Amino acid sequence: MSLLRPQRSALPGFGLSLGITVAYLSLIVLLPLSAVFVKAAGFSPVEFWQAVTSPRVLASYRLTFGASFLAALANVPAGVILAWVLIRYDFPGRRIVDALVDLPFALPTAVAGIALTAIYAKNGWLGQWLEPAGFKVAYTWIGVWVALTFVGLPFVVRTVQPVLEELEPELEEAAATLGATRGQTFWRVMFPALRPAIITGFALAFARAVGEYGSVVFISGNMPLKTEITPLLIITKLEQYDYRGATALAVVLLVGSFTLLLLIQLFQRRTRGARA
Amino acid sequence: MNSSILSLRTALAVFLLAAALVSTASAKDIALLNVSYDPTRELYVDFNAAFAKYWKAKTGDTVTIKQSHGGSGSQARSINDGLQADVATLALGVDIEALYNIGKLIPQDWQKRLANNSAPYTSTIVFLVRKGNPKRIKDWDDLVKPGVGVVTPNPKTSGGARWNYLAAWGYALKKYGTEDKAKEFVGKLYKNVPVLDSGARGATTSFVQREIGDVELAWENEAFLALKEFGADKFEIVVPSLSILAEPTVAVVDKVVKKKGTEVVAKAYLDYLYSDEGQDIAGRNFYRPTNPAIAAKYAKVFPKLELLSIDADFGGWTKAQKTHFADGGIFDQIYVK
Amino acid sequence: MAGNVSTLVYVAKHRQRRSLKDPLWVRVLLIGAALLFVGLFLLVPMASVFAEGLKKGWGAYFAAFRDPDALAAIRLTLLTAGIAVPLNLVFGLAASWAIAKFEFRGKALLISLIELPFAVSPVVSGLVYVLLFGAQGWWGPYLPSGEHPWLGSWLNGQDIQVIFAVPGIVLATIFVTFPFVARELIPIMQVRGNDEEYAALTLGANGWQTFFRVTLPNVKWGLFYGVILCNARAMGEFGAVSVVSGHIRGLTNTMPLHVEILYNEYNIQAAFAVASLLTLLALVTLVLKNLVEWRHRRVLEAATASTTRQFIS
Repeated sequence: MSLLRPQRSALPGFGLSLGITVAYLSLIVLLPLSAVFVKAAGFSPVEFWQAVTSPRVLASYRLTFGASFLAALANVPAGVILAWVLIRYDFPGRRIVDALVDLPFALPTAVAGIALTAIYAKNGWLGQWLEPAGFKVAYTWIGVWVALTFVGLPFVVRTVQPVLEELEPELEEAAATLGATRGQTFWRVMFPALRPAIITGFALAFARAVGEYGSVVFISGNMPLKTEITPLLIITKLEQYDYRGATALAVVLLVGSFTLLLLIQLFQRRTRGARA
Repeated sequence: MNSSILSLRTALAVFLLAAALVSTASAKDIALLNVSYDPTRELYVDFNAAFAKYWKAKTGDTVTIKQSHGGSGSQARSINDGLQADVATLALGVDIEALYNIGKLIPQDWQKRLANNSAPYTSTIVFLVRKGNPKRIKDWDDLVKPGVGVVTPNPKTSGGARWNYLAAWGYALKKYGTEDKAKEFVGKLYKNVPVLDSGARGATTSFVQREIGDVELAWENEAFLALKEFGADKFEIVVPSLSILAEPTVAVVDKVVKKKGTEVVAKAYLDYLYSDEGQDIAGRNFYRPTNPAIAAKYAKVFPKLELLSIDADFGGWTKAQKTHFADGGIFDQIYVK
Repeated sequence: MAGNVSTLVYVAKHRQRRSLKDPLWVRVLLIGAALLFVGLFLLVPMASVFAEGLKKGWGAYFAAFRDPDALAAIRLTLLTAGIAVPLNLVFGLAASWAIAKFEFRGKALLISLIELPFAVSPVVSGLVYVLLFGAQGWWGPYLPSGEHPWLGSWLNGQDIQVIFAVPGIVLATIFVTFPFVARELIPIMQVRGNDEEYAALTLGANGWQTFFRVTLPNVKWGLFYGVILCNARAMGEFGAVSVVSGHIRGLTNTMPLHVEILYNEYNIQAAFAVASLLTLLALVTLVLKNLVEWRHRRVLEAATASTTRQFIS
């Protein structure tokens, strides 16, 4: 506990608040999650390795991590443009658009999945136009990507918005005075300032997408080796009472996500420290 | 340790018996939980009402039956994990067997406790096709032709899908003679599957609502229900030359009913499935009654066809499960080339 | 999550818009792209939910809510949110106080751990409680027989049902919505600094007085916002709750699970009607949020000037 002693603050309540935090965190998050590790520990290292690297599992990682990556990636330009438009421009319905951005946080994922499938299936609102054009969305990895993009959409917008807002207009003006075009000003002056926020938003969207299940199973088609996501394999293993196999996969997802979150935290502390 | 538990149980049993004796004088309210699989929703809505009426008339007690539906396998898992099911009415014997294997909730000889392998009603696997049968699908061989889209759920997560798979396997084995040929046949069939939904209901939704594929392999009762729900003018049923006798099995969950003191009514509940009334309700809901007299009444509805049996042709569920559906089994092999 | 604060920030300042710099075609292009994206990914799915729900008219729409199982699901959902949200609220206050007001080693780790439930697959969130409290519970496979004194079996012996009952559903919901309030409050408290609290203490207030009279009023809108999001997610959670629910109709089905049931019964119109109610809850949430921002623009204006950059954390 001595490591946790506060270094600068005369405020009271550190022990109490940190106590509550750590106790509640342990009870609700750490203790339950440790069950996953304990269960997976029933494997020998070799068995564990085999369980998490079988061809079907590897294919599911490719889809899960790949589609999550592409979804988070798509959310970067979309999120930056959205943030830009919401902050810099005024247009009818701006407030509504701004409110809608949070919808994926609030809409139950199963509902999102059913709705997206209904829209992109070949007799759906959009599917009926896309599919004759040779563009299949539902029941392909593109459908998975659409669902994950939906789920991760708010993250980049909401992390970029405040930074964009705080950018000093003087910088842009100075750049313009020195003869830079708008494009140069954006890429050379503004983008570097936005970069940390973009990375944070990207990482949060990515981490969220990796674990997503409810919205994806409806639209993915669940074909082994093709459109099967890792969380679905966890369920499949549970069906066969293979609790250890299921938890082994869960551990892989968990460690991946946690590493990512920790890296962002450390990255941000460093950049904040550099700025201060 | 064991003996103390035993004596504790005896004490408990005596207490419960005493309590039961004391309370028989007045009418009771009893709650049962029936944990079942997806396609039986409509069946048990009807049956529960009939049983409650019958039980009220017989004993004066009011019994309310709560239902839980889901994939057969995950329902069995929930019971093993502590879902307080008085009775389990699942899609396949292997799922009930798991209640013995994993949780030791029922005795080993559970399947012998009720008539007809503990399957009060049976069903089979048929083809549901679009009206007019545009792809002219008549038998299993038509399913492996190029360009035919076959909708069937994932055998790893769906009980019905396992019957589908085994029926196809059995057909190929009979026609082509060797396991290798059968494997090739099944492999070709699953090449034609565009979507593997996680459950039977999801597959029907894909086929009917999303207009995926040309044929759905479906429980006979689900196919009839689809005609009823979505219109006989849109779909028709094709009966293949050979299929499989699907036996959805039922069992009282001994450990739960002993704890809850619902043993008598739970047993009566399952027995009632075998009664004329129960059999008739099954028939009305498109399940094949096992009672010959009632079955005769529905002979026109259900076509006669050659049916394979899981025990005679596949060596029982435990073996079939291990050979075909376990991780690395034949179903996995046809995808991992 | 931090982004939600950012919304407050930008609304606070958006009055001084600087739209003059970009040429018209750029503006039209970017606004067009943004609207197209929002339309495709947000508006269309939402509209389709309502369109399907209203397919058979208003009568059928409202009939979907009169079903006793639907009412039970709504009650259970409200109950679950009613327990989960206040608990996470108290936790959020404690965590943000500890993290924002003090410096200590391992802070980055602690924040990451608090964020962890965001990244845990909902399936796993449900599974962990099955592993803990299931009849085959923790350690079960390592012991010779089913009769062992660990938590799950003990609970079963005591006739306390955790999973497949309301407690399990509440626990899974708490887990999933765990970070929302804390995540919202930490950056706000960090930006605020400790000066006002120091002043209060100097003037003779005790710790609790300082907290309730100074800190809490300062963060109350952020807190409100966190609670709104937490509540929305608590009501909408599907995956985790599905694993621990047992799906007993009228007893352990929440609204999202009821939607799935209706959908599986081919009652698609009713499924979407109930789903639209959940969507409406989400929209009410968003309207409330905008209301909060509007009312609090001025307060925020003062607060945001200096340190917005830190919001990104």
